[in-house]
Amino acid sequence: MTTTTEERRTYGYADLPRLMGLMTGDEKHGPAATSTLDVLWVLYDRVLRVGPRSARDPGRDRFLLSKGHGPMAYYAVLAAKGFVPVDLLPGFGSYDSPLGHHPDRVLVPGAEIGSGSLGHGLPIGVGTALGLRAQGLDEPRVWVLVGDAELDEGSNHEAIAFAGPAGLDRLHTVVVDNASATHARPGGIAARFEAAGWSTATVDGRDHAALYEALTAAHPGRPRVVVARVEPKYS
Amino acid sequence: MDTMRDRFAPVVSRLLDEDPRVAVVLAAIGTDSFAAAARRHPDRVINVGIREQLLIGAGAGLALTGLRPVLHTFASFLVERPFEQVKLDLGHQDVGAVLVSAAASFDWPAGGYTHMAPGDVALLDTLDGWTVHVPGHPDEAETLLRHAVAADDDKVYVRLSAQANARALPVDGQRTHTVREGRRGVVVAVGPMLDAVLAATEGLDVTVLYAATVRPFDAAALRRAAEGAAADVVLVEPYLAGTSTAAANDALADVPHRVLGLGVGRRELRRYGTLSEHVSAHGLDPRSLRERITGFLTGGRVAAHG
Repeated sequence: MTTTTEERRTYGYADLPRLMGLMTGDEKHGPAATSTLDVLWVLYDRVLRVGPRSARDPGRDRFLLSKGHGPMAYYAVLAAKGFVPVDLLPGFGSYDSPLGHHPDRVLVPGAEIGSGSLGHGLPIGVGTALGLRAQGLDEPRVWVLVGDAELDEGSNHEAIAFAGPAGLDRLHTVVVDNASATHARPGGIAARFEAAGWSTATVDGRDHAALYEALTAAHPGRPRVVVARVEPKYS
Repeated sequence: MDTMRDRFAPVVSRLLDEDPRVAVVLAAIGTDSFAAAARRHPDRVINVGIREQLLIGAGAGLALTGLRPVLHTFASFLVERPFEQVKLDLGHQDVGAVLVSAAASFDWPAGGYTHMAPGDVALLDTLDGWTVHVPGHPDEAETLLRHAVAADDDKVYVRLSAQANARALPVDGQRTHTVREGRRGVVVAVGPMLDAVLAATEGLDVTVLYAATVRPFDAAALRRAAEGAAADVVLVEPYLAGTSTAAANDALADVPHRVLGLGVGRRELRRYGTLSEHVSAHGLDPRSLRERITGFLTGGRVAAHG
């Protein structure tokens, strides 16, 4: 992607509600309007080694948004970081827009996968980590964002069970937990990953410092899950 | 004679040695035959266990990093069980893979319906951009496996079967062969059905075409054959009857024609037994085929099977 200096202005976290408002026509988006906003911001702002210029670099970090529902926060962050032109945001969901209500990697600059049907990102993330390892690319890390209700899909558990014993230490999962799963048990998410040999942490999904610390902690030889708790969806 | 499946691991193991892009993902089926290759290429021979959604999803991830994944298990667990992964993780993500199946429509009849996949090719027909190879002999399987892996980032399905013809034809991964020429009609034999079709049409004045690659369908070859003979076409396929009827109709859309699609019946037999018993039960033995082909070509009613 070519980026010209005159069109590049710097966007910060405080700009995200306005950028989301360009898609929804609603100016009043607080962070709580979308469960993924803070995780996405901390990842793209401070953790992921990828930008518009390195979006095709084999050595880049990969972020796979598996929970493709409600992608406004994702598009807002991609726009703030220069992947997606801000002037595309108002077209959200329209026929000529690359920005659909579920993202399509073929259309959205910077999107590593298309998503929408739940339970596909983590298995693809496993394959991505395996593919990087097979090519001797030890630096890039793979991040998959899933929702707690998304973990109801059995395909995730095929990936979780495989990745731990396979020692895929470049693979990371962030579970944004807004207590929307059906038939969930308290503490069940981290326990599930831990039982499969993952390194785990559970943090406040609105606390940027806590998120950053959890997202960057060392976990040699094991994949890592960060459960980011946010306000319950139904309360 | 060895089987198509016997050729799979040796051929792909050589490809693993030759091409650093090739990676194999298995789901607990066929792992022994890749043991030596796995020792040489531990990061490119991956067994995910009995996890077929992960089999396809991980294959897609490998492809996203630039590798050429070869994914393998029984047809029922490769295409049917993780069908949404085939549709989305490969098709929608716009990445390629080579899917190599074993067990076909009823290679293991004693195993029952759970291990039968007569609908695999029909299912793939609901998706865009798949190449489908149905080899009729182990030598053809070897050739078509090489074609499949070498086909850039295409989506390719290779359907290996225990059913096979006595002799291989020189397949090229694209074109349909003319095996016999006649005037009364055109019989298209797909993959392992060729020997039965040749026996069934012995002495009949018909053209016999042989297709080991059915998608894309070689419409030009069928048109040429139908110009030289009556445009009465019989398809004999080793999977669900009628799977290629629409493709044949499309090929002949602007000429008057008739098409009869023969193959495996939809109805579940609920029988075990042997391969040849199932071939006969679906009316795919030479005698049943001859009866149905001649009945169709002479304009009579054709007994439905299955």
